[in-house]
Amino acid sequence: MALRLPSKVLKHILSFIDSNEDRNSVSLVCKSWFETERKTRKRVFVGNCYAVTPAAVARRFPEMRSLTLKGKPHFADYNLVPDGWGGYACPWIEAMAAKSPSLEEIRLKRMVVTDECLERIAASFKDFKVLVLTSCEGFSTDGIAAIASTCRNLRVLELRECIVEDLGGDWLSYFPETSTSLVSLDFSCLDSEVKISDLERLVSRSPNLKSLKLNPAVTLDGLVSILRRAPQLTELGTGSFAAELKPEAFTKLSKAFSNCKQLQSLSGLWDVLPEYLPALYSVCPGLTSLNLSYATVRMPDLVELLRRCSKLQKLWVMDLIEDKGLEAVASYCKELRELRVFPSEPDLDATNIPVTEQGLVYVSKGCRKLESVLYFCVQFTNAALITIARKRPNLKCFRLCVIEPFAPDYKTNEPLDKGFKAIAEGCKDLRRLSVSGLLSDKAFKYIGKHAKKVRMLSIAFAGDSDLMLHHLLSGCQSLKKLEIRDCPFGDTALLENAAKLETMRSLWMSSCFVSFGACKLLSQKMPRLNVEVIDEHPPKTRPESSPVERIYIYRTVAGPRMDTPEFVWTLHKNPEIGVSKLAIK
Amino acid sequence: MITELEMGKGESELELGLGLSLGGGTAAKIAGKSGGGAWGERGRLLTAKDFPSVGSKRAADSASHAGSSPPRSSSQVVGWPPIGSHRMNSLVNNQATKSAREEEEAGKKKVNDDHQPKDVTKKVNGKVQLGFIKVNMDGVAIGRKVDLNAHSSYENLAQTLEDMFFRTNPGTIGLTGQFTKPLRLLDGSSEFVLTYEDKEGDWMLVGDVPWRMFITSVKRLRVMKTSEANGLAARHQEPKERQRNQQA
Repeated sequence: MALRLPSKVLKHILSFIDSNEDRNSVSLVCKSWFETERKTRKRVFVGNCYAVTPAAVARRFPEMRSLTLKGKPHFADYNLVPDGWGGYACPWIEAMAAKSPSLEEIRLKRMVVTDECLERIAASFKDFKVLVLTSCEGFSTDGIAAIASTCRNLRVLELRECIVEDLGGDWLSYFPETSTSLVSLDFSCLDSEVKISDLERLVSRSPNLKSLKLNPAVTLDGLVSILRRAPQLTELGTGSFAAELKPEAFTKLSKAFSNCKQLQSLSGLWDVLPEYLPALYSVCPGLTSLNLSYATVRMPDLVELLRRCSKLQKLWVMDLIEDKGLEAVASYCKELRELRVFPSEPDLDATNIPVTEQGLVYVSKGCRKLESVLYFCVQFTNAALITIARKRPNLKCFRLCVIEPFAPDYKTNEPLDKGFKAIAEGCKDLRRLSVSGLLSDKAFKYIGKHAKKVRMLSIAFAGDSDLMLHHLLSGCQSLKKLEIRDCPFGDTALLENAAKLETMRSLWMSSCFVSFGACKLLSQKMPRLNVEVIDEHPPKTRPESSPVERIYIYRTVAGPRMDTPEFVWTLHKNPEIGVSKLAIK
Repeated sequence: MITELEMGKGESELELGLGLSLGGGTAAKIAGKSGGGAWGERGRLLTAKDFPSVGSKRAADSASHAGSSPPRSSSQVVGWPPIGSHRMNSLVNNQATKSAREEEEAGKKKVNDDHQPKDVTKKVNGKVQLGFIKVNMDGVAIGRKVDLNAHSSYENLAQTLEDMFFRTNPGTIGLTGQFTKPLRLLDGSSEFVLTYEDKEGDWMLVGDVPWRMFITSVKRLRVMKTSEANGLAARHQEPKERQRNQQA
């Protein structure tokens, strides 16, 4: 006797399930569950915009209210993906405009968005509320103005680290006088100055404004005037913090901050002069998130600030904090969950080493709740990694970037194999791992075997041979994204483990030894993978054994891409004629 | 599951080797070497031993297309260190403003190109460089730095460089992936020579002037392939040059 759950009941149950992973599992149970689930899913997440067609998504989820899309591979952040590769938002917006006009929220990451696209969004979705663009490019401030002026119920407009053609600060004035719904505004990546009076008026008529991130062009005076009008802010990104040091300026600033009793998150602080830091002291005890990664503040000014932040959960800082500063963090910031330490000098071989492995060891020992680490430093030791793993088995994200490629354990001259073995074995909940330093194939054997929950793995300048890739692809049960650069292996491991690639979202390999022949073979044998060879300097003729510059492989049900640029080769292109094989047929 | 490679293995190894080395030098020797390794007939494992340098230098390769370009400074490897472009721009701006300020104060011309190596004792960002100068090696994209003040002689320096680029400890992999084999950079018997750029911008062979004079005039070092070192100026060169050419 089959037990059948009435769809009304199932619908009700599903209304409590937000996680898309759970919902994906629900939809696999049987056809009727699939149907009920798809009709009730409101928040849709597509991790690779080329894995599925916009039409298919719109068709499957008729009640979609929120769409999140990711485009370019992660290494695009480091200029490894040439311009024009793809990741266009337009086809998605067109499809949604036609099929899902009730869409309210759009979040895009690493995609190419045009002004026309933004205008389409403004015109097509009547109740549009949320636009978040992260690491996107291709649009100008005109497009932003279109959103501001047309979306009557806009609540969230965030431009995070986008590359925007900045035509001036006028866009801000396009928010109509009647718009009072703003909850979050982030224009920190724009260059041009906005009119302070426009900003003041906007802030004054937005009682629900909780998060405001200004761009560096906003002065300290501007900041003071804004803070006076928005003491309810919980998240603030300041503008430039450098100004002439007038005592009245300092007092005004201090007072403005002390009125912001609900401030939990602070960022910006470009060019901050250490003399102004005490103005922040009043908000420190309440801060849970502090981003000082653009603040060129040194010790001991940093410690003075940080010792007051006892509730801090998230800290982003530059290596100017030094080991001493991290020792202080370990003793004052006991609630710390996430630490990111960025390099203060772009030059690869900085000789003055502000932070060493010791800094991270201090924090690992002192901050029991630490679960996410991004750490740049010049060199490391196995002993430190072993200590970190032992002290913090609860780590979920561990990204270590030893800036010097192939740097061994500087005390023993050995590879960092043992250290990363300890991390993989000890941190059983690790979901994201980036390795660096001198690593042999052994390290990857350990990682493949023990890193059972790692979903994203990043590797650079490591390994000895094909075995490295083989260990990873035949192990790492939960692997979804693998990105590799400058490692000495290629074909054999890739072809041996081709089936694994269908269980992953994507694989990126650049400056490795993958041959063109292997790419062709993989494309032929695995029709549900898109294999892209990205070569900015393709040779005139391509012998089978010639190595390719970059290869990007991802699973897809959308079939081959139709929008590839010249420098992307896929099996369906006929390189001589330059026309897709499908088109010829 | 794909179990066979449909490419000529012998040929492919040969071509891969040639394609990836700058001058064709030592890479050619890997052709036809039988390896063994765990995978037997399905394809020999290509190890770091087979290639004089790991793929990182291909970033340099594809951009420069030839071996005779000036040594790339390590900060020119694309996308390394992995910092987002917004952050990178901000760092570069900070550096530019700082060095511009310093240049103005010192009354010098503004430095606008990071090919210009800094004087060994100049203050950079408020920290004194302790005599560290850059060292690049042909075929290796990532340069290193060595502290001249920590060395007392040419032999000393050569040893350090050998350790750096061709690790002499067994069981470890050097920058170039090769195992122990003394370089002998100074006597012209190996395929590499040590050269330096002096204050006038000329490239010279290392070893001909007294050590103390050398460290005051050297700006940066380059481990160059002997074959490319022809015509390099050196003070008491002729007899030694003939000797090198005979031995090379």
